[in-house]
Amino acid sequence: MIFPTTPSQTVGPYFAIGLPWAEGPHAVAPGTPGAITISGMVYDGAGEPVPDHLIETWQCDPEGRFADLHGFGGGSTVPGFRGFARCGTEDGDGSFEILTVKPGRLPGPGGRLQAPHIDVSVFARGMLHRCVTRIYFADEPEANAECPVLTRVPEERRGTLLAQPTGPGAYRFDIRLQGPGETVFFEV
Amino acid sequence: MSETTQVETEIYDPVTDTPQRYMREPPGAHPPLDYPPYKSTALRHPKEPLVYLPHTITEITGPQLGPERVHGELDADLTRQHPGEPIGERIIVTGRVMDTEGKPLRDTLVEIWQANAAGRYRHRWDRWPAPLDPNFSGAGRCVTDAEGRYRFITIKPGPYPWGNHYNAWRPAHIHFSLLGRAFAQRLVTQMYFPGDPFFPYDPIFNSVLDPAARERMISRFSVHGTEPNWAQCYEFDIYLRGPGATPFEEAF
Repeated sequence: MIFPTTPSQTVGPYFAIGLPWAEGPHAVAPGTPGAITISGMVYDGAGEPVPDHLIETWQCDPEGRFADLHGFGGGSTVPGFRGFARCGTEDGDGSFEILTVKPGRLPGPGGRLQAPHIDVSVFARGMLHRCVTRIYFADEPEANAECPVLTRVPEERRGTLLAQPTGPGAYRFDIRLQGPGETVFFEV
Repeated sequence: MSETTQVETEIYDPVTDTPQRYMREPPGAHPPLDYPPYKSTALRHPKEPLVYLPHTITEITGPQLGPERVHGELDADLTRQHPGEPIGERIIVTGRVMDTEGKPLRDTLVEIWQANAAGRYRHRWDRWPAPLDPNFSGAGRCVTDAEGRYRFITIKPGPYPWGNHYNAWRPAHIHFSLLGRAFAQRLVTQMYFPGDPFFPYDPIFNSVLDPAARERMISRFSVHGTEPNWAQCYEFDIYLRGPGATPFEEAF
């Protein structure tokens, strides 16, 4: 390292004038076969909804390919797959919803396969730096048991990273920034 | 193989020219999540220790958002988005997005948002008695060029009051959001202006505990970038995380 990084500052309460856009929550085009929704709430340490949060997600497609900036990771062949979703509103109620497809498994440390996962950044007023978490899927128990990243997480906290199926093509994933059931956050 | 050669081949992948791992930032590089002088951090900071996330392909890749978000020159010119011109000092805000090795990051999306010259945001929650400007929305975006350079035309924002403590004011600032090339590089920061009288009193600015690091958030007035009869220029280079060697923690 020759140059130190520029420090982070909070996104503040007014990011809605600049960051969200209508198609932002769509990591895939609406109508994509196999599309799923992942929705949930963001809560603070008092158990109250965080109405001014911003969520961003990043993931591979079902074949483990990325819609990467420079084509790294193989390049997705799913039409309209962006792999990135951004969700945050001017007048939120603490909820978020993204439209995506379930990611495939990717190689991880030690040559072991990771379980299907989605990287998540959480931003808000009162957060001086983003918090990073991962969405795993409760209906992938074998893959989850083998994942070299998920198995680093203390076992009693792993449940906070599992999106629960709530119906055909729908999952629920809540984020608790602090307090009982606090979501696992990562040092990335 | 000499030590120098070994480090060089680990920096950027020779085929993809992309880091295979990103450096871990030293303590103090960023503000703490728990910072009591900034009151709303109290309920929004995790209390459990962070779990170490090794850099896998998910963390070293990143989205292509340029074509989606930037449709033309007007996206980067916040003074020409309405029928009339906004009130205030027209400024050029320009700089380069680079990594910690000094390598320019090309084709990467830069998004900004800000208050108007009076310090008022065009957002329904900002209600303090400063005038809105019908010719200013306050948001822009552009993609860096081959040298990693971005360039915006905008109006110098004013400071504005907020409720953190008695007589609290934010120094004038422009919010910057950078995707970089990879998920690991994502950064949201604020650009400040030299000599702002509110620096000593602002808990958000001072949450960056190292004084040298605070200086890196302050733009530089550029007389040579200033264009005669038209606009002042402020320069602001942004450094995102660059490559790092695989640390011991990942050898399992």
